[in-house]
Amino acid sequence: MEWAVFIAGALICLLGAFGVVTRTNPVHAALSLVGTLWGMAVLFIAQEAEFLAAVQVIVYAGSIVVLFLFVIMLLGVDTTEDLTVEPLTGQRTGAIVAGVLLAGGLIAVFSFGAITGAESVAAPFDPSAANPLEIGRVLFTDYLWAFEITSALLVIAVTGAVVLARHRPDSYVDEDLPGDTLPIETEEAR
Amino acid sequence: MFAAAPPPEVYLGLSAVLFAIGAVGLLVRRNALVMFMCVELMLNAVNLSFITYARALDDLGGQVAVFFVLVVAAAEVVVGLGIIVSIFRRRRYADADDLSLLKG
Repeated sequence: MEWAVFIAGALICLLGAFGVVTRTNPVHAALSLVGTLWGMAVLFIAQEAEFLAAVQVIVYAGSIVVLFLFVIMLLGVDTTEDLTVEPLTGQRTGAIVAGVLLAGGLIAVFSFGAITGAESVAAPFDPSAANPLEIGRVLFTDYLWAFEITSALLVIAVTGAVVLARHRPDSYVDEDLPGDTLPIETEEAR
Repeated sequence: MFAAAPPPEVYLGLSAVLFAIGAVGLLVRRNALVMFMCVELMLNAVNLSFITYARALDDLGGQVAVFFVLVVAAAEVVVGLGIIVSIFRRRRYADADDLSLLKG
């Protein structure tokens, strides 16, 4: 039974991943990404990580991909990329060879090696207990400091995004603003 | 021939393949948005291996690590898309090959 779930989830994931890489239209790539994230959530459930599967669907498929689609709509939907043109000769072949080597090397490590490591005593994984309850207990005891740091990270990210995307009414496309010129350049211009 | 349930190695192999696909996409694609999606793909592949190890080693810490990866991914997407939008305001395209200057 778990094999069937795994094969279905893996197929969805792989098809979506290939779609992200090969689709020229960014909207199609974003929708393929939803497929991958969905298949990943299936695999999470198959591995008894129900809470993270729900979070995966809500955060990734629900908000991150929507954010991507918003930006695509903002930038223009018709910006397709010509994948037949290769600006740097041999770069694409090199990338694919490197990717195959990376995947092959990692799979070799998994198949010829063994999973080592002691079983946890601090946070044992009990599949019979409610998963959100267990994660909450570990998160608010052992990982409390990291959790607090996360809030600072999110505030910094929101502030940074607001500053970066702030609209400057006096800015035109491809025209230098006074603040964009380096002090050395202005010295030379004089 | 097959075990009743897929062993952890199978999940790890899938995660390695997905990571490699994401890496190849990041190298091959030139649209900054699609490059970001490939980064998300790689983060998700790592999440899958975290969860696999969490079950293989009976340690809930792996699942908590995935939680933090999700938070960092959300922050990364927000800042990255902010950068892409501000680039697009000035240049009308977000093609990685044309962005060779560290000027906005």
